[in-house]
Amino acid sequence: MNPGLPVTAVRAALARCHACHRLSRMKPLPPGSHAHCPRCGAVLHLRKPDSLARAWALTLAAYILYVPANTLPIMTVVSMGHGEPDTILSGVRALIAGGLWPLALLVFFASVVVPVLKLFALTYLLVSVWRKSRWRPRERTVLYRVTEAVGRWSMIDVFMISILVALVKLGSIATIEPGAGALAFAAVVIVTMFAAMSFDPRLIWDALENLDER
Amino acid sequence: MSDPNPSPLSAADALIACHDCDLLYRKRPLREGEKARCARCGALLYTRKPNSIERTLTLALAALILFALANVYPLLDFQFQGRAQQSSVLSGVRELYAQGMWTLAAVVFVASILAPLLKILTLLYVLLPLHFGCRPWWMAQVFRWIETLHPWAMTEVYLLGVLVAFGKLSNIATIVPGVALYSFAALIVAMAATDAALEPEAIWERLEPCR
Repeated sequence: MNPGLPVTAVRAALARCHACHRLSRMKPLPPGSHAHCPRCGAVLHLRKPDSLARAWALTLAAYILYVPANTLPIMTVVSMGHGEPDTILSGVRALIAGGLWPLALLVFFASVVVPVLKLFALTYLLVSVWRKSRWRPRERTVLYRVTEAVGRWSMIDVFMISILVALVKLGSIATIEPGAGALAFAAVVIVTMFAAMSFDPRLIWDALENLDER
Repeated sequence: MSDPNPSPLSAADALIACHDCDLLYRKRPLREGEKARCARCGALLYTRKPNSIERTLTLALAALILFALANVYPLLDFQFQGRAQQSSVLSGVRELYAQGMWTLAAVVFVASILAPLLKILTLLYVLLPLHFGCRPWWMAQVFRWIETLHPWAMTEVYLLGVLVAFGKLSNIATIVPGVALYSFAALIVAMAATDAALEPEAIWERLEPCR
């Protein structure tokens, strides 16, 4: 052990309760059994369980769902018996055509930029942890925090569809039908939120600890 | 702290670990309004907020009232060629369900209605008894829920969805904002203020058996 390093909870054999944040000393346990937090009863782990495997699986699932989310229509405006399907991108284009620049920018950022950046950020974090990178851990932790906080804002389009569908019910003149793309898009947002939640940022810092040399 | 004998490592409750980088700190009492941040990664470790329980309780009650208004009244009025249609938060969910998209209906229902409501109710359930000096049943199990619910309560994101829908339709029809829209805006402010007033550490410490 390097004596110059600051002491982490894991080196002191302390587990931080994920629910109430109390520290508890971890003792060796028989396989299959769990330690529980003496204050709130939650199951204790030194790190989020199977963090990398879960985050990888969810990130890959999000990549796959990303394709139908952007190619299938998120909604169809049916007017006079004639349907006009809208995808995420064509929705942004329609806002620009209508002169609604600020809204177009908002939707473009929330629905196009954020999901792509989030997938790339998760992939980068996972690869860097897997390679035990020691490069700029503080900046990578900030990247994780931003990734986790920003994901929910992509739901704007899904909520917009639920409002349009309820408002525009003019029988044969005009109706709006939700499309399968909206479901795939909501799934991308939810799956990446779960991916970010299962990723443990402390793994970024574990590479500085040489834990595997012990 | 002027303690000449630092407590040994076994007194685990006097120590705190950074949730983002696992660094250990000895917990030090803060002045009101002070924040302790991790020196290594910058994460917020703990804070001390004045009258946290009372202020959170008041704001959560206000949020509950605004939540009721935001869900009872119409959100937008849509007028087109002499025909009118109103929409509320729930009618959007109902219409998605009626069109066979029940999974999407469930997502919108959870994010815009269920999670925000549960979050407010959970806070009231825990804080109201604590304010009167007793401990609610299953306090740990219930309070644990708040952190889980937090990312899924998307009230503020929903309001932006309303804004985009408003913009999309305003070019082709007359859209009149309803009472619920203003209640929604106020609800977001109340919920953000509730989050800002809450000091979870202080509530968890009430669970500590005896000190």
